[in-house]
Amino acid sequence: MIKFTPFSTKIVQIPVDNLDTDQIIPARFLKTISKDGLGDQLFYDWRYDAEGKPKPEFVLNQDWAKVRNVLLAGDNFGCGSSREHAPWALTQYGFRAVISTSFADIFKNNSLKNSLLPIVVDPETHKKLLALPEDAELSIDLASQTLTLPDGSSVTFPVDEFSKYLLLEGVDELGYILQQEESIQAFEAQRHGTLNTLA
Amino acid sequence: MGQPKTIIEKLWDQHVVVEKPGAPALIYIDLHLVHEVTSPQAFAGLRSRGLKVRRPDLTFATTDHSTPTTPKNLPIVDPIAAAQVKQLEENAKEFGIPCFGYHSPQQGIVHVIGPENGLTQPGMTVVCGDSHTATHGAFGALAFGIGTSEVEMVLATQCLPQRKSKTFEVRVDGVLKPGVTAKDIILALCAKVGIGGGTGSVFEYCGSAIRSLTMEERMTVCNMSIEAGARAGLIAPDDVTYQYLNGRRFVPKGAEWDAAVERWKQLPTDEGATYDKSVSIDASSLEPMITFGTNPGMGMPISGAVPEPSNVSDPIERESLTKALNYMALEPGKPLLGQPIDVVFVGSCTNSRISDLRAAASVLKGRKVNPKVRMMVVPGSQIIKKQAESEGLDQVFREAGAEWREAGCSMCIAMNGDQLTPGQYSVSTSNRNFEGRQGKGGRTFLASPETAAASAIEGAVADVRRLMP
Repeated sequence: MIKFTPFSTKIVQIPVDNLDTDQIIPARFLKTISKDGLGDQLFYDWRYDAEGKPKPEFVLNQDWAKVRNVLLAGDNFGCGSSREHAPWALTQYGFRAVISTSFADIFKNNSLKNSLLPIVVDPETHKKLLALPEDAELSIDLASQTLTLPDGSSVTFPVDEFSKYLLLEGVDELGYILQQEESIQAFEAQRHGTLNTLA
Repeated sequence: MGQPKTIIEKLWDQHVVVEKPGAPALIYIDLHLVHEVTSPQAFAGLRSRGLKVRRPDLTFATTDHSTPTTPKNLPIVDPIAAAQVKQLEENAKEFGIPCFGYHSPQQGIVHVIGPENGLTQPGMTVVCGDSHTATHGAFGALAFGIGTSEVEMVLATQCLPQRKSKTFEVRVDGVLKPGVTAKDIILALCAKVGIGGGTGSVFEYCGSAIRSLTMEERMTVCNMSIEAGARAGLIAPDDVTYQYLNGRRFVPKGAEWDAAVERWKQLPTDEGATYDKSVSIDASSLEPMITFGTNPGMGMPISGAVPEPSNVSDPIERESLTKALNYMALEPGKPLLGQPIDVVFVGSCTNSRISDLRAAASVLKGRKVNPKVRMMVVPGSQIIKKQAESEGLDQVFREAGAEWREAGCSMCIAMNGDQLTPGQYSVSTSNRNFEGRQGKGGRTFLASPETAAASAIEGAVADVRRLMP
């Protein structure tokens, strides 16, 4: 993982509530055994017509959108399936953060493991962001957990301490668990096992 | 006696490996189920780090999502799906994990084969790279879906860093009326709390209506917890649970079984324990449910009318409903009963067990699927398929004009070629009606197997109670 550094960006808006992971990346693209090429499949069925040609009016097909790093979405973003292909596709497109009033649990977990920051804002701030001009620029700083608007005002957003540390340092979680080997062994020694799938 | 605890808190406490300041608790995983879609990148990760699977004896793999439901003597036509299935079988072999491969006589949907073989047991933590892992909560297990990075973590360490969820009591009391099923309970919950209502929580389903459900019905309820936003949903184990499990392949035997049952009996929520949130549903007031929109929270009693966006005050909500009804091509204010349909799908980890197939067959027996409708019946596992065939259910389906297919996820997720064409309507016993979920441009009405079968006969959304004796 790369270290999560502060950045400024203009916004891409898809202000729809309950955007599920089947929209973010349709299931038929999950047959891949790699993580590559998913950015082109992001929001595929909204983005391309029946012949697979980009729909000129859809926001993700605009050249200006492709260089922006934050997606402003509606409430309960990422609901539905557990596919990590959703944050993979979002980051491969170029997003480093998604702003919403809430995120589905599994999507949020998956995002934090892929340097995609889920930023929760209150409904008032959300409304304010939606009303910003198209080329408004935001600044996002994870260390201070602040989102700064073009008028200079800023809001803080919640991130748990551990995820913040992993993101800022670019450390991956598996490394941390592997360091807990002694505790894992101690737990296994006293655990009631009732299953042996190899039997 | 300490503080009274819910079963959710007991399961959590029993699985904390270590909790260090500034880090989430490390939770031990008792059963890790693996399938072909969300695991290949995790195995690749293990390989690149030179790690092994820590506990192959607590891990089990099956093929279900990408697998065709056509006869097994035919090859997998889609080369990408074939490669993914082969990759899982090879990964299982390389890392020493037991696997029901594509040609295994026990192959089936991951959330069906776990309980069916007694892999899923009370008191366990169960994870799988699949959001419908909550299904296993029916046994009094803390079971939840995870992403591929987490699949890799569990393969390597059998542990996951986790934060405690809120406890959410879902109390369902009363007696279901004829024609109303477990599926209708969970669709009613989704409609009541909404698709994000349980976010951050684990549901405990309790109350007299839940207690009177069979294990298969309990699985249907727990399965769709995620559709109400909760990553896990569970039901405390009782005699129904123990009777279902006793004698299954992977459960303990003899004295070990007795000891296990004694431990499991300590799991139910203590008298006086409290929850962070609660909701209650009166089972006796429920009707068969059906969804009208593009998420499982957009549901209503089958005799209801499609809601009017003009009655919704919040602008984004109104916009979402309008968008959903446009996609579904439904007129606000009109009833759904009588809405013509093209396809009926009976299957999925929600409703593909033997009792679901019996329920659909009992409606279809002596009747015909409307000639305009394609009806697919997809059993949840090869074991269920054989059981259904020994009962003659396949004959009932075939004689009615339905297709009787091989086991798998099939048209629930439409990855394997079983899918709707743009604009088609289906009544489906699966769990998601998201845009394009059952095929690009397809439109899904979620309902029970009984409602699905009745709709197949009428060629339109139908009330099964009119076909009942």
